[in-house]
Amino acid sequence: MEQIFFYILGAITLVSAFLVVSLRRPIQNVLFMILMMVGLAGLFILLHAEFVAMVQLVVYAGAIMVLFLFVIMLLNLDQLKMPPPEGSHVRWWAGAVIAFAVMGLIWLAFKMYLAPEVPPVEQAGASNTVVVGKALFTTYLLPFEIASVLLLAAIVGSVLLARSRS
Amino acid sequence: MDLAIPVILVIVKVLLVIFVVLTFVAYTTLLERRVLGWFQVRLGPNRVGPWGLLQPLADGAKLLLKEEVTVTAANRWIYLVAPLIVVTCALTPFAVIPFAKDLYLDRIFDQAASKFVLNTGVISDLNVGILFVFAVSSLGTYGVLLGGWSSNNKYSLLGGVRAGAQMISYELALSLSVIGVLLLAGTLSLTQIVEAQDSVWKWYVFRQPLGFILFLIAGSAEIGRTPFDLVECENELVAGYQTEYSAMKFGLFYLGEYAHLLFLSALMTTLYFGGWQGPFFPPIVWFLIKTFFFAFVFIWIRATYPRLRYDRVMAFGWKVLLPVGLFNVMVTAFVYTLWLQYRG
Repeated sequence: MEQIFFYILGAITLVSAFLVVSLRRPIQNVLFMILMMVGLAGLFILLHAEFVAMVQLVVYAGAIMVLFLFVIMLLNLDQLKMPPPEGSHVRWWAGAVIAFAVMGLIWLAFKMYLAPEVPPVEQAGASNTVVVGKALFTTYLLPFEIASVLLLAAIVGSVLLARSRS
Repeated sequence: MDLAIPVILVIVKVLLVIFVVLTFVAYTTLLERRVLGWFQVRLGPNRVGPWGLLQPLADGAKLLLKEEVTVTAANRWIYLVAPLIVVTCALTPFAVIPFAKDLYLDRIFDQAASKFVLNTGVISDLNVGILFVFAVSSLGTYGVLLGGWSSNNKYSLLGGVRAGAQMISYELALSLSVIGVLLLAGTLSLTQIVEAQDSVWKWYVFRQPLGFILFLIAGSAEIGRTPFDLVECENELVAGYQTEYSAMKFGLFYLGEYAHLLFLSALMTTLYFGGWQGPFFPPIVWFLIKTFFFAFVFIWIRATYPRLRYDRVMAFGWKVLLPVGLFNVMVTAFVYTLWLQYRG
């Protein structure tokens, strides 16, 4: 049962990820990117990471991609014709080679540093959110705080940019 | 076989809930028109059936039989999919709303039935229930945005952009206002939140009054109702993102809108008013009474307040609701921690 879902979600994610880079109209790219995010969220659920799955949907699919869509809609970027693909497929092949190299590296890293064959398990008695929250506020407090300071700096920076324009 | 029967039963349950929700959605439209009529000292629709009770059926038949107009300049696929996204995202969150304690299945059948998860009064008691609600309703924004954009019409585009901007701004305030309840309940599961409010004094509306007011305001902005219905502000935008939609495609947007209204009332009942908890009557009755009370409150607000100006709506969301929401979270966390310390 779980395997069937895994293959369906994996197929959705991969096919839409491929369409994101291969289609030539910005609006289609954004829509398939959203679909890819939803597929990813489904995969997270299969890993018993419900919290991460929902945050994936709220933050990426729900908020960030809306901004992409806003820009495309308001600037009418869809009317803009993208340049036709070049005659030689050098870029395609270079991209494919690099992608496979990165994937190989990640696979190697997993193989070397992760204990093999540990299927993800649901934490008994504690919900996913509780586990993530406790880890963030105890073990990983410093990285968490640093990330929030970084975000704060980004917010201040974007306000400053918006202000100086007017 | 072991798997087949529960799966079929769950599907039956889901279909039943969808059917009931759709019926209530249809009658909410009637309720809105009749109540608005009373507020404005006129009759409202009362010709079809006794007290106009068959009006939703007549409306449905009209929408189904009308000619479908597809704009030639529209972006065809996106134009067709947009209403579906809206309806799906408005109906899906009902899956996590606990509408009753149980379904009395163990009294009708033997123990075998209650062995399944089926006997609970909720389709799925997710342990990230409230997050699921926000995740799905944040996807609903796309239906509105895409519907407005793909119609290839200035008014639709402006309406869609307005709706999208308003929805994502007020979603923040809405989520922040709920955090207070989540802190007190210590869970994200809506069933457990209801179970924590087992007496009237434990209802979160008394412990989170500010949070409740924020939720009510941000909620009515989120579903785009007066005073926040700039989205379909007739004198500026014709009908906003719905302008180019006709027949059942328009019907789907309409359905989505009222399903969202009903859902928000149900969520308010669940989070702040003890859900199905209450004396004397069976749980499902209490749940319906409370939910329809809030649906009535939304209609009441519509009959009372005029529309705000768009820039003021955005300023209000970001400069008032959001800081007040943050303040509410901080005070709640502070007081709750103190109380835990005091209690030992």
